[in-house]
Order: sequence, then C-alpha cells, then structure tokens
Amino acid sequence: MTADANAPVSRGARLRPSSLGGGTLGLLGIVTFIVFLELLPRTGLVDEQFLPPFSSMVAALVEEMQAPAFWSALGSTITGWAIGLTIACVAATVLGIVIGSVGVLRRMTASTIEFLRPIPSVALIPLAVLVYGTQMQATLILVIYASFWQMLVQVIYGVQDVDPVASDTARSFRFGPLRRVRAVLWPTALPYVVTGFRLAAAVALVLEITGELIIGSPGLGKRIAIAQTSGAVDTMFALVIVTGALGVVVNLLARAAERRLLRWHPSVRSEVPA
Amino acid sequence: MIGRIGMRLVEIFALPVVLTALWWVLSADSTNFFFPPLSSIVDVFVPTWFEGRILDDVVPSLLRLAAGYLLALLVGILLGSAIGSSTRLRQFCEPVLEFLRAIPPPVLVPILMLFAGVDNTMKVLVIFSGCIWPILLNTVEGVRGVDPVLRDTARSYRMPWRTTYVHLVLRGASPRIAAGARQALAIGIILMVISEMFAATNGIGFTTIQFQRSFAIPEMWSGIILLGFIGLGLSLLFRFAESRVLRWYEGMRRQEREG
Repeated sequence: MTADANAPVSRGARLRPSSLGGGTLGLLGIVTFIVFLELLPRTGLVDEQFLPPFSSMVAALVEEMQAPAFWSALGSTITGWAIGLTIACVAATVLGIVIGSVGVLRRMTASTIEFLRPIPSVALIPLAVLVYGTQMQATLILVIYASFWQMLVQVIYGVQDVDPVASDTARSFRFGPLRRVRAVLWPTALPYVVTGFRLAAAVALVLEITGELIIGSPGLGKRIAIAQTSGAVDTMFALVIVTGALGVVVNLLARAAERRLLRWHPSVRSEVPA
Repeated sequence: MIGRIGMRLVEIFALPVVLTALWWVLSADSTNFFFPPLSSIVDVFVPTWFEGRILDDVVPSLLRLAAGYLLALLVGILLGSAIGSSTRLRQFCEPVLEFLRAIPPPVLVPILMLFAGVDNTMKVLVIFSGCIWPILLNTVEGVRGVDPVLRDTARSYRMPWRTTYVHLVLRGASPRIAAGARQALAIGIILMVISEMFAATNGIGFTTIQFQRSFAIPEMWSGIILLGFIGLGLSLLFRFAESRVLRWYEGMRRQEREG
C-alpha cells in the first residue's frame, strides 16, 4: 500500500539509483534485523517470554510446517482472500464502468460513495458474526466490503480520464457501447484498475486475517488466536512471520501482474528495468 | 444560479435520502431478528450512546486513536525523512521495512498484549504500529522526490539545515505525506475497533460487540452506524486539514492544468 492512491500513473517517474551494492546493503539490513531480534531477548533486554529469540521462532515455524492443520489454515486464508477479492473486483469493475461513464449517475452516487467508503469494514464484524457465526462467509463479507471500495473509486477515476477526442472518434465511427468499452474505456482505465487491484489485494489480505483472528473463522488468523490463548509465544511469532511473508508475496505478485498487464503503457515502458 | 445550486443539492442528497427511505420502508415491519426496523434502531440510538456512553466509550476510543495516530505521524515523518535523505540508509532498511509493512496490523494485537497488557498503552501502541508504515514509506518516497535543483539551490545559498528541512524537504514531500496519512487514518480507525474487540473494558468496538453477544440487536446496529459516522467525520476532518495544508499544492496543480 505504498503507492499514492491519487496518482496512479505517476509510477513512471520511479528510477532506481544505480549505486553499487543496493541489494547487498538490503541483505545486510535483513541480517542486522535478525541478529537484533536474536540478541534482544538473549541479553535480557526484553523478556524472553514476550519476545522469543529469532532462532526459537524459526524452530516453531519448522514445527508448524509439519502440522497438516497449518497447511489447511494457510489454504483457507488464501482461498478466502482470493474469493473475496475476485467478487469485489468484478463487482466494482462492472459498477465502476457503468457509474463512471454516465455523468448523471456519477454525480448522483458521489455523495453516497463518499459516505459508505470511510465506514470501517470492521464495524460489520458484529453483524457478520450474527448472521454467519464463525463460518468463512462472515470473514468474506469483510474482505469484499473493504476491497470493493478501493477498486470502485479507482475504476471511476479511470473511466473519467478518457480522452474526449478518443471518445468522440469512437462515437463518429458509431462504435457500439460494448466496443466503446473495450476499445476506448478499458485501455484508459486499465492503469487505474490495476492500481485499484493492487491496493484491494493488500487490504483484502489484512481483512481476511483480521476476520479470522477476531471472528474465529478458519485460517491463519484463527491459528494465531489459538497460539495466543495457549501461551505458545514462539508459535505466535512464527505465524506472524508467515502472514508478513504472505503479504510480501501478494505485493510482489500484484506488482508483477501490473507490469505485465501494462507492458504497452508509457508509464511502464519508460521504466528502466531494475 | 439558484437552479444550479439546487441541482447540486439534489445530486448530493437524492440517493442517500432514497436509500434511507427504502431501508425505512422495507424494514418497517421486519420480523427478522437480525435486521430490525430502522425506526427501532433510530429509537435506541440516542439513549444508547448519548446518555453516558459518549464519555465512557466514545471519547476514550477517540483519544486512543488520536494518541496513536499523532505519534505515528511524528515518528513516521521524522524517521521517513532521515531514511529518504540517504540512499544508503534507504537501501539498508528497504527489505526489512517492506516485510514489516506487509504484516497485517491486527495480528500485532496479540503480540502487543504480551508487552503492554490490555490497557490504554496497548491500544495506542497497536494503532501507532499500524499507522506508521504508510506514513513512513510515503515520507521516504516524498523526500526522495524533492527537486534536486531546489536542493542544490538551497545548498548554494547556504540555507541552514533546519530551514532547508522545514521549507524545502517537508514542503516538497507533503503531498506524499498527506497521501500516506490518509491511508494511515483508515488503518487507525480499523485498529481502534479491533483492539477493543479483542480485549478491552470500554470503547465503541467493545460496546458494539457486547451488544452483539447479548443479542441487543438494535443497539448493535446503532453501534455500527455510529462507527460509520465516526469514519465519515474523521475523513471529512482530514480532508479539511489537508486542503488547508496543501493549498499551495492544489493551486500549483490547477495552474499547471490550465497553463
């Protein structure tokens, strides 16, 4: 979620400084961080019961990875994330194209969208629990609600960005509505859509794991809650590391998808390959 | 003129009014336990929240949010400008920051509970540790993006570093910082609610989940609606503050577009 949501196409300006050993320095940073994590509890600066040394987190992680329950939890998390994200993205794209391309609709819905968007999705937790208990659907609602708005707003921005000359040209060539969407709207909106997708993917993961943690629907979050109540601190840290790694993977995948989908776009073409 | 303003008002209020009316009418004789009539939610709204709870629950929640958020702003901007100003430092920190940022902030709740128990400190820390990443990373990017020519100019005029920092670096990075701060606010509200749902003795999140557990359904709905209004109010407040701070930037953008 680093990107400025308001400047979805300004990525092209990003250049990597070609100074020597950027990767090495980064590696050194990771090593320092790990050593730090190991030494803090070992030297007694932080109580070992609160922050176990890194080595015991790794040991706990290895142990976790041998448990089938861990893998099924990971599977539930990924499945819930993917289903929620897909539903939200498809719905937001379709609605966004319709709302964004009809001026009246856009003006009429603006205030409602501005009102509904900042409602924190976690406010829906009590309702979700009430209706679905601890089933997967309870978390799914949160995931869909949170990622839907990220996507919708970007799609509407994107559709508004259409070059008037291009849309007039399409009209004088008497393109049908479907063809207009495909040939004019979609390519203009795509950079925004992709940015929206990247933001939505990150938010969806956060809400998926939050839902599991609070509601107790199956997944990594629930496993963290169990580890916490049973006092298995190193397992808890190991699971937190896994969620962080999952977040990094989601980010990297979204970035890769972005580059691939927007190969043709000037903002990506001008980027010097890192 | 009047017509245009009238049109604008219709555009703003038509859909919300229609939706509320629909909810009101469709739920009017709802016997569904989970979805009570809107009228009964409205009836319990004021007695539930404005007779005592506003001081006992709403204000503590908002104070915790404010403390965590402002702390994150301060630390994020200071650390971010330090990291953004030095290429080597940035390369050194980047992978670790990328990882820490990717951890879903709510999983920090059980961890911070170990360190700080379940009192206010824990909640402020949770909010702080979730809010800081977007602010920090956007500040780093913003500071990096400050115009090098301006930087060199400041140096050749031998501007003292404090002047350079306040008027050039912070100013130049402020649009990015504001973008980060807006994301952080949304995260902060989420964490305010989560930390209270997980373990608390007061707060909006705690009270709402208590209502749900005791099956006080209209009261629970009123809590959800209150949270919605708080989210909306804070985002309006943020936009107001942003437009004051970034007025020069908006003006510059407008001129660029027109010129």
